Formats: sequence, structure tokens, C-alpha cells
Amino acid sequence: MNTRRGIPLLVKFVAVLVGVYVGVRLVRPPLPSSLVMMYMTLTVCGVLVYVSIYAETWQEFSAPLVELFRGSPERGGLWQGGRQVVLGLIPLLLGFGVYQKVTPSFTPPAEQRVVHPAPPFEVMGLTNPLQQRPDRLQEHLELGARVYFQNCVYCHGDRFDGEGHFAHGFNPPPANFVDAGTIAQLQESYVFWRVSTGGPGLPAESTPWNSAMPKWDTMLNEEERWAVVLYLYHQTGWKPRTWE
Amino acid sequence: MKNKQGVIALLVAAGLVLALPALAAAEGTYRSFLGYDSRITIWLIAEIHLMFGAFVLGVPIFAVTIEIIGWKTRDARYDKLAYEFTQLLGGAFGFTALLGGLLTFALFGLYPKFMERFSEIFHDVMYIYAGLFFLESTTFYLYYYFWNRMADRKGLHIFLGVLLNVWGTVIMMVANSWAAYMMSPVGLDKETGQFIGTVWQAVNNPLWHPLNFHRFLGNVAFGGLICGGYAAIRYLGAKTPEERAHYDWMGYVGNFCAMCGLIPLPFAGYYLGREVYSASAVMGNNMMGGAFSWTFIIQAILIGGIFIGSNYYLWIGMHRIPGAERYTRYIKFIEILLLLCFAIWLTPHNLPLSAEEQVIVGGQYHPTLKYLGLMSGKNAVVNLIILLTFLSFLLYRRANLGDGIPFSRQGARSRGVLVGVAGLLSLIMGSYANFLLSLDPVSLDLPPETAKYFVLPAALLIIQIAAVVVTVVLTFWDRGKIAELFYCGVTTVNATFVLGVYGYVIMAVANPFLRNLAVTQWMILMSALVLVTTVDVFLFKGAAQVGEMNWGKMPLRSQYVLIAVCVFIVMLIGLMGFIRSGLREDWHIYAILQDASEGSWTPDNAVMAKVVSACVLVFLAAISFLFWLTGAGAKKPESPEQLVKGDTSKAASPPELLVTPK
Repeated sequence: MNTRRGIPLLVKFVAVLVGVYVGVRLVRPPLPSSLVMMYMTLTVCGVLVYVSIYAETWQEFSAPLVELFRGSPERGGLWQGGRQVVLGLIPLLLGFGVYQKVTPSFTPPAEQRVVHPAPPFEVMGLTNPLQQRPDRLQEHLELGARVYFQNCVYCHGDRFDGEGHFAHGFNPPPANFVDAGTIAQLQESYVFWRVSTGGPGLPAESTPWNSAMPKWDTMLNEEERWAVVLYLYHQTGWKPRTWE
Repeated sequence: MKNKQGVIALLVAAGLVLALPALAAAEGTYRSFLGYDSRITIWLIAEIHLMFGAFVLGVPIFAVTIEIIGWKTRDARYDKLAYEFTQLLGGAFGFTALLGGLLTFALFGLYPKFMERFSEIFHDVMYIYAGLFFLESTTFYLYYYFWNRMADRKGLHIFLGVLLNVWGTVIMMVANSWAAYMMSPVGLDKETGQFIGTVWQAVNNPLWHPLNFHRFLGNVAFGGLICGGYAAIRYLGAKTPEERAHYDWMGYVGNFCAMCGLIPLPFAGYYLGREVYSASAVMGNNMMGGAFSWTFIIQAILIGGIFIGSNYYLWIGMHRIPGAERYTRYIKFIEILLLLCFAIWLTPHNLPLSAEEQVIVGGQYHPTLKYLGLMSGKNAVVNLIILLTFLSFLLYRRANLGDGIPFSRQGARSRGVLVGVAGLLSLIMGSYANFLLSLDPVSLDLPPETAKYFVLPAALLIIQIAAVVVTVVLTFWDRGKIAELFYCGVTTVNATFVLGVYGYVIMAVANPFLRNLAVTQWMILMSALVLVTTVDVFLFKGAAQVGEMNWGKMPLRSQYVLIAVCVFIVMLIGLMGFIRSGLREDWHIYAILQDASEGSWTPDNAVMAKVVSACVLVFLAAISFLFWLTGAGAKKPESPEQLVKGDTSKAASPPELLVTPK
């Protein structure tokens, strides 16, 4: 490592950490604290790896820290005073961290939500019966459109992007079908299952799901549910995932 | 002592297999182990058994490889090192067998009905398994105890070593067939659930070979890093410079062998994962997006730790190589790129969010970073991680070498080998490009119009073949270093950037083709590893050394890193064992035979962490004890002078074990 410019390595170390932290915090929308923590841990490890590869840089990096903790009688009064302040601050910072951790908070903890429920066996491999009648495709699409605009548009939006009028009242928000990560990654049978059983039909594992999706098989018949699935793929341009 | 232990273990294993029918007839569906959860009991025993199994299957692979190198180069150091690796196996074999016996007892005792059903299918295979185990143990003892006696019949001794590996691999494959069958059963009547197929059908189930590949490579990596950890501990406790030099070298070889297994491992993992999804979309969903998805973040952290740790060890190791200062300036670039890759590798698709953060982000996914969490992003960076690790090895290899004989003056043999390797790589890539161009989308259940998406990967393979030609021409013109740089550059652009981004397109419009895309990326990358290694060998052929390698001059922190990566891989194997087995959820045999016992719940991450940690601690304590036994059992040489001079009359067996590597 080049240290000829005279900037102490420890200062460079801190500067890199501050720089990465500021960079990570500038991302918009802001990154969640869990991810910031992950990136910063990686940065600290990376910088520590770098300064410890060479004996000289490791010595240069660790020497001020060793001196701080061991003390250095030949140093002047200002340094001694600064050392006392730093050593005093360490337990205070630790104490503050503990206080922050144990203080009761009204903020719910971060959730490790699972977003892809596993479907039951019986729905896997189902094929859309309406696909078998290409001659009646237009008719099925019209039925799908009617079902969608009568029932789904309020949450999933008229652009299929999950931005319906009610969307912002729900957490988690309604699915965005235009996004390549939703129905484009799913088989038709899977989408049919989600439409049919909604939030109440989600499996017991990985609860709570918190989904507001209604159980549509009590309100729509099977043909209507397949028709809306067909319509979604047709309107978004995605192809259902077909085989693995 | 080891002899007796091994014989007892063999008798226990053979007796258990012969007693299977009687045990299977036991009454009752489930029992508990002293009131303790049966599933966790089986989990603990099976996982520790598997860890020992991985060690005794992985170490012989590189022990015999090192022995062959020693035989061919007539360098006794390699032979001694191979012997020391084999020495570590003695006790581990006995432990593996005893744990296997305990596992069989526990399975038949705690799950009698399941094992009755299971042995109905695999009854014959179980006898074969016992027979194979007998052959493997016998071969091992012949290999180990006849090492010195067969010194003048090295070819035969190496044949024993190869045979040992053959038995070990087949044993692993048999055991894998059982584990894989429990996840992807075949040959069953869908109405009654009764087995109506053949034993071979059951063995050759869809997940068998993916699991075989994955475990084989995993065992090599596991064995290498455990040996590396052993060498590090011996280095830290070494009393003489010769001992330090020897264990420094042993640690390096262990780390190198582990990396040879680790480099192709992500591809084997991807292959296994895709096949799990193919076998059951429910299992696949649970694995990557469902209940087990968070364990893959932990997996990514552990793999990141192992790769960065191994690279770090190499970088520190360049200290002891005179001439390495010419290359050390590149390390910072490799490290920065590695860290960026790992940042992407670690980024989850589905973020852990507080309620406020979820509102701010606008959902469960971050609008920008969500792309980094998808498989395409992961595949792209893992290619670069492997290439960067390979570059670290290249720098390390050439660190104390001067200029070699110019390629143009190396003769027909060198030219023939280079052209042969280039031709073979071109043939393989060309064949796959042709396959992609003639691939019928309907065979992937895709609409015919998606055939156009197969053209780009095929074109990139053809570009890669052109790059092979350019690389060979540049090497012929004595521009080997530029040739290496050129090929690595083309590989990075094609495998990481172009196909990495293209993967997102494929995910959206032709998802089933993603596996072909991954194979294309893998082929391009492997071609770089093979071609650049070949060029590099010729580039430094006959090169003078800048100075002697200073083995034994490693700072202590390098050894702690070796120990850390050893612990990481034990944790990793424990974690992956949980994921593979846990994916069955509450099924003994997936979707066929349900586990109705009290302990059939799927453990959450907290329970997983506790049980896997317990397995890791028990395994590390047990293997440390065995290593201590190995050291205690060996006679100490009488004086350091004997070590250096190679006085064989009074030294440990085999002699010259601690001779300083040059």
C-alpha cells in the first residue's frame, strides 16, 4: 500500500468506511438497515484484509491502536489528554449501544418475510383449459377482462402494476404483474392457485403472510378464474413458466 | 489400535446390515430417544456421520494425486506429504463406520415403519453397500500400512490408492441414491403408493447424479480445508523451522486442493438446485423463495468467507516468495472486484424490512437492488469470483519465476499440446453452440418463436472459439502474457457482463432456457481456466527462480485464516445438509410416505442454527481428538539434525517426514 503521501493508514481506513457508508446511504429509495449493515460489514472485513496482507501496512495500521491502548509516556500532554478522552468514550459508546438495544421500542422488528409460498401438490401441473380452445381466445380474453375490471383493478391497477386505488392501504402491497419477477416466473397453475385461494389459502409455513388477497373461488367460477389468468399473461406480454 | 478400531467398526456395520430384516419387523410406527425429539436425534447423528464421511472420501482423492505427482517427479517430499494426509484418515475411518452403525440403529429404532418400507426397496443395495464398505476399508489398510513396504512397487501402491477412491466414490453414490430417492421417488404406483419399479430405477432417481456431483466436489473441498486447518494448528505449535516449513507447505497444498473442489462447486450446486426444482416445484419454491430462502443468505456469507479467506491466504503467502513484489500491486484490484462481487452475491432478493422501511421502499423489493438478488445476477458474479480466484493462483504461481524459454523455441511437443488443448476446447464449445442453434424450443415447453433467444449464447461460444485461436496465435508469437490477458478479458465480458445481463431477459421470456445459459457461462469460464493454465505452463517453462521459496515464513494471521476457513466449511456442510434434508418437510419419502411423528415439523432458522452449531462443535472436537491421536501415535525424531539430514535410522515412520520443502 502506498503511504508516501503521509496520510496515516488508520485515517485512510476510516475515510474508506465513511465514504462507503455515505455512498450506500445515498441510494434512493434508501436501503434497509439490514442491507446497510451487510455492506458495511463486508467493507470493514475487506479493508482489514487489505491492510493486513503486508507486514508493513499491518504494522502501520495497528501501531497507533496498540499505542493508544498501551500508552506512551514520552508523548506530550495533548496526546495523553486525547487518549484519556478516547478511552473514556469507548465504554460510553458501548453503554449507549446497550441502552439502545434494551430500551423498549414501539417499532416492530424487521420481518424476514417469505414471499414465495409453496403451492399444494394438487394444484401443481394443472393446465389452463382455456388454452385448449385457441378458436375461442378472444371470447376468453373478454371474459378475463371483465373479471379483472370488476374485481382486481382496485388493487392491482389498470396498468397491472399493483398501483390500484386501494393499493397503498395494504402491506404487503398488491403484486405488480408488469414486473418480470412476478407472474413471468410462475406457472399458470400457480397463479390460478393464488387467485383461487388468496390470502386465506396460503400455507401454514412461514406465517404471517399478511396478504389481503380475497379467496376468489367462493366468488368466481373456475372458468372465470382461468380466464383472468389468461388475460393477465396476454395483457402483460409475459409467457407463463412452463417447465423445469 | 487403529487396526482394532477399524475391525470393530467393520463388524458393527456388517452385523447391522445383516440384522436389517429382523430389525425392520419391529412393531410400532415411531419411538423416541429417551423422550428426546427423534428427528433431531437422527439429524445430529446423520450430520456428524456425513461430515466424517466427507473427510474420509475427500482426503484420499488428493492424497493419491499428490502421491502420483511425487512418483512422476521423483520428489520424495510429495510422497511424504501424501503419507501424512493418509495418516489423518486412520482414526476417521473407524469413527465414520461407528457413526454409520449408530445411525442405522437409530433409524431402525426410532422409525421402524419407515425403515421397513425403505428396506423393501433398497434391501439388496444395503448388502452391496456393506460389501463395498468392507472392500474400501481393506483397501485403505493395505494402502496405508504397506506404504513403505511397497516403496519399490509404487505403481501397484498407487493402484491401491486409486482403488480406494473408486470404492469410496461408489459407496458415496450408493448412500446418495437413498438420500436422493427420499426427495425424488420413482417407480411408485400413484394410487396405492406401493413400489412397483426396479431397484435400479429407485437408485437412478432424478436427483441421484446431481447429488453425486455436488457431494464429490464438496468432499474434496471439505477434506482439503480440514487438512489445511490441521496443518495450521501444527504450524502454530511447531518448534523448529523445519516443522514450520513442512506444515506451511502442507497448509498451502490443503488450501490448493480445496480450491480445486470449490471452483466448480457453484455450478454443481446450481445443477442440483435446478433438478430439485424439476423434481418438485414445491420443493424448489420452498428452497429458493420459501421457508429455506434465508438459509441461502447464510450460505452465501459462508462461501464468501471461504473464497475471501483462501485468496487472503494466497496473498499473504506471496510474502515468502522472492520476486512476488512484481505482482503484489495487482492484489488490491482483485480484492476490490472480489468484494463487489460478494456484495452482489450477498444481496437478497427479498429484503428483511421493518414496517417503516417497507413503506419507504414501496414493497418487499427494492426497485434497483432487487435485480441483484435474482439468479442471473448471482450466476454472473460467481463466474467473476472464480476467475479472480484463478488469477490469484496465477500470480502466486509465477511470483518467483523469471522469464521462461520463449514459446517459439520450445519445440513441437509444446506446440502440439497447446494446439491440442485449444482444439479440444473449440470442439466442446462448438458442439454446444451447434446444440443451442438446433435446440427445439418445444422440447423446453417454450413457444417456437423463442428460438431466437438461443442465438446469442451460441454466438458468444463461437466468439469464444475465435478468442481461443487468437490466444494460440499470440502465444506462438511469444506474446503469452498478452494472450492470457486477452482470453481472460473476453471471458469476463462474455460470461459475466453479456450473459449476466442477458439472463434477466431469459428469465422473463424463456425461463426454462436459463439452465442452458448457465451451462454456456460455465463452459466459457472453464475454457479460460484450462487454456490460460496451459499457456501459463509453457510461458514459464524452464524459467529460473528469482529466489528460494521461504517456506515457514508465514505470519501467524495466515494460519488463523486457514483455521477460520476450515470452520466455515464445516458450518457450510452442516447448513447444506439441513437444507437438502429439510426440503422434504414432513415427508419421509417426498409426497409418498408422510412423517406423522411429533417431531415432523420443519425447524426454523433458530433451531437450525443451534443443531448445526452442535454438529460443528462435536465434529471439530472429534476430529481434533483424532488428529491428536495421530500425532501422539507417531514416534518423535530424536533431534532436529536428523530431520534436516534425513537420518532415517531413528526417525519417525516414514522417514524424512519433516524434511524442509525446497
